[in-house]
Amino acid sequence: MRRWFASVALQLAVSSTAVALALAAGAVFIVAMGKDPIEVYTKLIEGSVGQGYGLGQVLYKATSLVFVGVAVALSFRAGLFNIGAEGQIYLGGFAGALAGLYIYPSPWVCAAAAALGGALAAVVPALLKALRGTHEVIVTIMMNFIVIYGVNYFTGRIQEPETVHTRGLADSARLATYKETFEGSALNSSLWVALAMAAFATYLLWRTRTGYEMRAAGLARGAAEAGGVRMRWTIAWTLLLSGAIAGLGSINFVLGNKGYFEKEFSAGVGFMGIAVALLGRNHPIAVIPAALLFAILSEGAVAIGRIVPGEIVDILQAITILFLLVGTVLLDRAIAAWQKRRQQEASRV
Amino acid sequence: MFDAVFSFGMLSATILLSIPYVLAALGGTTSERSGVVNIALEGMIVVGAFTAAAVTWWTKNPWVGLAAAVPAGMLAALLHAIATVTFRTDQIISGLALNLLALGATKFGAKVLWGKPHSENIAKLPTLWALAPDAQGVATFFHTLLAQPMVILTVTLAVIVWLLHSRTRLGMRIRAVGENPAACDTLGISVPRLRYIGVVLSGAFASLGGAWLAFEVSQFSDRMSAGKGYIAMAAVVFGKWRSWGAVTACLLFGASEALQQRLQVAGTRIPSEFTGMLPYVLTIIAVAGLVGRARPPAGLGIPYEK
Repeated sequence: MRRWFASVALQLAVSSTAVALALAAGAVFIVAMGKDPIEVYTKLIEGSVGQGYGLGQVLYKATSLVFVGVAVALSFRAGLFNIGAEGQIYLGGFAGALAGLYIYPSPWVCAAAAALGGALAAVVPALLKALRGTHEVIVTIMMNFIVIYGVNYFTGRIQEPETVHTRGLADSARLATYKETFEGSALNSSLWVALAMAAFATYLLWRTRTGYEMRAAGLARGAAEAGGVRMRWTIAWTLLLSGAIAGLGSINFVLGNKGYFEKEFSAGVGFMGIAVALLGRNHPIAVIPAALLFAILSEGAVAIGRIVPGEIVDILQAITILFLLVGTVLLDRAIAAWQKRRQQEASRV
Repeated sequence: MFDAVFSFGMLSATILLSIPYVLAALGGTTSERSGVVNIALEGMIVVGAFTAAAVTWWTKNPWVGLAAAVPAGMLAALLHAIATVTFRTDQIISGLALNLLALGATKFGAKVLWGKPHSENIAKLPTLWALAPDAQGVATFFHTLLAQPMVILTVTLAVIVWLLHSRTRLGMRIRAVGENPAACDTLGISVPRLRYIGVVLSGAFASLGGAWLAFEVSQFSDRMSAGKGYIAMAAVVFGKWRSWGAVTACLLFGASEALQQRLQVAGTRIPSEFTGMLPYVLTIIAVAGLVGRARPPAGLGIPYEK
């Protein structure tokens, strides 16, 4: 238990240091522009979590990021890098809307279709990786573009005239919103689904045989295979599940917010999800605070826009990831050096 | 329709549309051959486009803008090299972060300089001689293409990169470092140094591709790379990590884009979404080994540790 606490504390320290350093680097930027960084950062907080609407928007944006972050973290744990979340959430949203429009307008049906759509976008990389060992990174990147082009084509055939979105879903398919509490923000009940997914992924990874096999595959593929892990099955299942969770994330927009599928509704979320998974050190629960942080930054960007261009937030997010990457490597090296020293001391005695 | 597709116009459109892909893919090949995955081509393209536009706008001289794009791209690439070679971070995540940084920073820069997410109009690169307005046939085809300084530059660079990889000591060492870094290290070849060279060169090439994009439309606009870096990365894979293979792949992708434009003008039924998908589908087929086997450099993506 002490070791567990130590490891959590260390990882938390690395993540917070990376965020702090990124904010400091951002402050240098802001000073260089002749503006006051304290004022900018205060505005950023006030404009996001400082009022009901902003807080609702932060939670709304974090919901999507939790879905995608959990999806990416899950695949990372199995040593697989799912860059395809961008396409998976897109196809998921389209499938969910189609199900609501043409099959049955129920959130259950739509959500199931969204998950299936997400998994469908992951079928090609999953099969190629499992059967032929094709590197999933290249295939998932390519699938993003293929899926986006494909979905755009079919959306073009059914979209409402003069718009880039489908017909609205019946009210029976929509999710509960909290517009009174959060002053009309887009927050909706898919937040709970996102949290449930984080809990489900945690349970799956650390409490089931499947999760054990996934983690074993991620830590040492050869040893896992020799130990009887069903490698092909694990690879395929992990990527499909990751795709399904990412696809399910689309309900936040389609069922919770707008009530229709819209072209490019998820632009960039897939990549943000990777950043969030990384910041959460690939732990589904730790993904939640990471998603909140990124949501605060992106919602706060609107508020600071009058002082400095809001894009400073994109820079902050990118620098956070870079610092985090370097920090993680340095931490791992320090731990390795420390363990080596301990071993040497132990052998001397 | 037939005449529109099989024509010199189609051929010259193919070549012009391929330029940014070819330049970025030459860079991608160089970087990946040295063992460093370069997803950051996208970001380097947009940095090149921004710098070329900003400097041209400032100095009123497109040549200075073009020249300035190169060190800017190299600087972006240097970040990727520091993260991946010195700190041995995950090359894919570092690349994604760099793309995010480049897209954000250039849009930020545009808002600071011009107060909007795109630039003022900038001067185009001058053609080497005045173009005939309605160019037709084989003579004018060469007349039109060879007047574009970037066409000449791109072809020259393609030959140089090919010679670099196949004929020079530096190029062979770059390749060796990507295949078997441990062996190179044993022979006293510095793995980090060569990987730095490979990555930084890729930034120079990709940013030239970005500069071409900016000059083509006489301005920088936010996200104008529009996935071209990923197509270039696909071309590297599709070209089996060889420079001439990557160039061929880029020409193929450029041709599919030219075809798409022509089909649209001709009003055919083939939706542009399907022609747009083509490069990505082909790349999956190539990388899956369904047609021949694309073998990446053995040390690709693996940080080297002494």
